[in-house]
Amino acid sequence: MARINSPAELEALRKNILSKRDPHKPCITLCSGSACHASGSKEVAASIEAEIKKQGLSAEVDIRKTGCHGFCERGPIIVIHPEEICYLQIEPKDVPEIVSQTIKEKKIIERLLYIDPNTDQKIIHESEIPFYKHQERLVFGSNGNIDPKSIDDYLALGGYSALAKALSRMTPDQVLEEVKKSNLRGRGGGGFPAGRKWEESRHAPGQIKYVIVNADEGDPGAYMDRSLLEGNPHSILEGLIIGAYAIGSRQGFIYVRQEYPLAVENITIAIKQAEAYGFLGKNILGAGFDFTVKVHQGAGAFVSGESSALMTALEGRVGEPRPKYIHTAVKGLWDRPSVLNNVETWANVPLIINKGADWFSRFGTEWSKGTKIFSLVGKINNTGLVEVPMGITLREIIYKVGGGIPGGKKFKAVQTGGPSGGCLPEELLDLEVGFDELSQAGSMMGSGGMIVMDEDTCMVDVARYFLDFLADESCGKCTPCREGIRQMLKLLTNITKGKGKEGDLELLEDLAETAGQASLCALGRTAPNPFLSTLRYFRDEYEAHIKEKRCPALSCKDLISYYIDPDQCQACMICLRQCPSDAIVGGKNQIHVIQQEKCTKCGTCFEVCPPRFGAVKKISGEPVPSPIPEEARIIVRKSKQQ
Amino acid sequence: MSEVLIQIDGREVEAREGMTILEAAQKVGIAIPALCHHEQLEPYGACRICTVEVETRGRTNLVAACCYPVEPNLVVRTRSEKVDKTRKIILELLLAHAPDAPVLQDLAKEYGADKNRFEKEASFCIHCGLCVRYCAEVKKKNAVGFVDRGTRREISFIPEIASKECWNCKECFPLCPTSALQAAFVLTEALISPPLAPPSEA
Repeated sequence: MARINSPAELEALRKNILSKRDPHKPCITLCSGSACHASGSKEVAASIEAEIKKQGLSAEVDIRKTGCHGFCERGPIIVIHPEEICYLQIEPKDVPEIVSQTIKEKKIIERLLYIDPNTDQKIIHESEIPFYKHQERLVFGSNGNIDPKSIDDYLALGGYSALAKALSRMTPDQVLEEVKKSNLRGRGGGGFPAGRKWEESRHAPGQIKYVIVNADEGDPGAYMDRSLLEGNPHSILEGLIIGAYAIGSRQGFIYVRQEYPLAVENITIAIKQAEAYGFLGKNILGAGFDFTVKVHQGAGAFVSGESSALMTALEGRVGEPRPKYIHTAVKGLWDRPSVLNNVETWANVPLIINKGADWFSRFGTEWSKGTKIFSLVGKINNTGLVEVPMGITLREIIYKVGGGIPGGKKFKAVQTGGPSGGCLPEELLDLEVGFDELSQAGSMMGSGGMIVMDEDTCMVDVARYFLDFLADESCGKCTPCREGIRQMLKLLTNITKGKGKEGDLELLEDLAETAGQASLCALGRTAPNPFLSTLRYFRDEYEAHIKEKRCPALSCKDLISYYIDPDQCQACMICLRQCPSDAIVGGKNQIHVIQQEKCTKCGTCFEVCPPRFGAVKKISGEPVPSPIPEEARIIVRKSKQQ
Repeated sequence: MSEVLIQIDGREVEAREGMTILEAAQKVGIAIPALCHHEQLEPYGACRICTVEVETRGRTNLVAACCYPVEPNLVVRTRSEKVDKTRKIILELLLAHAPDAPVLQDLAKEYGADKNRFEKEASFCIHCGLCVRYCAEVKKKNAVGFVDRGTRREISFIPEIASKECWNCKECFPLCPTSALQAAFVLTEALISPPLAPPSEA
């Protein structure tokens, strides 16, 4: 790699890369993010490579192992270009047919296509699959077209042109103004305007300033930053370099948790490549601007995602938050002005510089511009990463993109914002997704976790779950957070166990208020949200647990019982054989009965009872009917009677 | 350092730039309770008992007086319904761990805190961190530290360091507002084998 010394040389390099690429040459792209690795994409990749070689096509077909395509529910995904034929859930055994049929013969293999569950239509092109059709993939879209280990792939798509534009045709102030004008807000949690943060740092006294990428993603179920870092590391790096130029920083850090080995690997390779081309280092693109980046691997504490804790950890100390009455943008890492933005925020920057703030502002609402990547998980048909314009409704995300709730179940709530966020009920499904809209509804945007819950989910237990998470993940430094969470968790656990008392909710509200207002950092101040939002929208469930010792979702183990309806039991022996605690008595032609004192409430009987009988019932808040006398348990079959 | 004029509980107070609210208040004899604050140590902001209400740019917030730097025209209320309620709950939370600590009992009287409001979980330590920070910042020995995090966080002597450094120091003992530190030290002594003893002259 030769060093690139000017924007003109960069354009020449890009032309050279493109001239060697034939857009008509078949190219198989295979999703190789962490999620698809888990579903076997490495094996698929190996068999594609072997099969292409075996069929003598090595010179005629390109293979590109890309980052996450987003549709993780159906991974591993391959897309064959230039036709954009999309095959889902590929296994190594499918590969020979794909190569001989689709690559050689240009024939579609119908069984590997996406079938629209509503119309039963087979869909050939990736972009026409409903999951993708309703998205706006500005930031995440290139993931599927880039080998993250190849800087040339990024350059071929126009990579580093925003950096060249900023360095050669804009002053740092102009870059800053453009970002301010775009009203880009932080994608990591609080949604603080990035431009204002940058401006504060730029004008803060001091020669040494830092820019930092927060890749300490830790919300349960969220993996969008991971996938972006794994799939398109250069976009984040380019944004960071532009930000450093605007702020006047010469040193950047990428704080990434070490549980993300592929992200660490890909960003490290990206930095080396950028250094080789001279996008990092001294006199970048001949503009007289110097900047270097280091990767710091975090030990995976959730609280280290909080800005001051992250900076403390970067300094080599225990990642605990410190007071931020003076912003970290003024007094951050080693007490120097430091701009910390989340992965996705940085990745938006090259787009804003390239296409302009006016273009960016076309997406979204008045106060929330652009798009947001969500990690759509839980009780949803199309699990995966989705990028949607701000202002889209929750209903559109869940039903149009996500394909609704599986198993014919009813939607109950959607949790956004991770442990700092809240649960929103069905009546808020038409809420427009934006920073302020979500906060006003008692949740938050957070970094983009979105967990869909169906009717089987107990909202009290959800609140308990998140507080249990926080009891582990709080740093434990300040009293309102550490002790408040401890006591809230105790009270919520008691309520789910049927030990809730009159006055518990008021006590919980007091604790929530204290933690919410007096905690040192945002983790503590938002820790009550899972409780407060579920109380706000599902108070009846709390009251049922406390007053009636009943779990309306039939989920809390201590409040439910399993019982076999003697009128429906056909004595088929299935549950009796499968019960792991031998709690079911009965026999052939003898109605089965669950011995309550032996039952561990594992639910096996409920799951295995054939739906046509539906004899096993789950009940809560009512006594279990006494078993019928033994002599009445004999079933006399009609066939035998005749 | 220039002077900053602020208002505390309706009184005009002159403070030096860079001072915290707590320091400015102490200078004029306005008492704000504090458990994790110590003049020789860096501001820490952990116990939150020094929570006060401030008004800046038209907004009211609860902040920790031991960390919040004074700024021109800052309005501070050291007692208000909200402040008192917050302190009361913080005390009740701490009393669940150290119901007998005299300093907590005195404050409990002042704020009407009920030491039985929360189920007792007597670990005695209230996590003020005075011992840990004194050893690190003043003695520069780090013989005692916090281990684990969240609700499992606790103080612990590091036996290898403690066995060399603590026998003739123990300056942290009087700092502890409860009996937790001494207990932790005794535990460390018991764990070290052979028992902690002054090193011999040889």
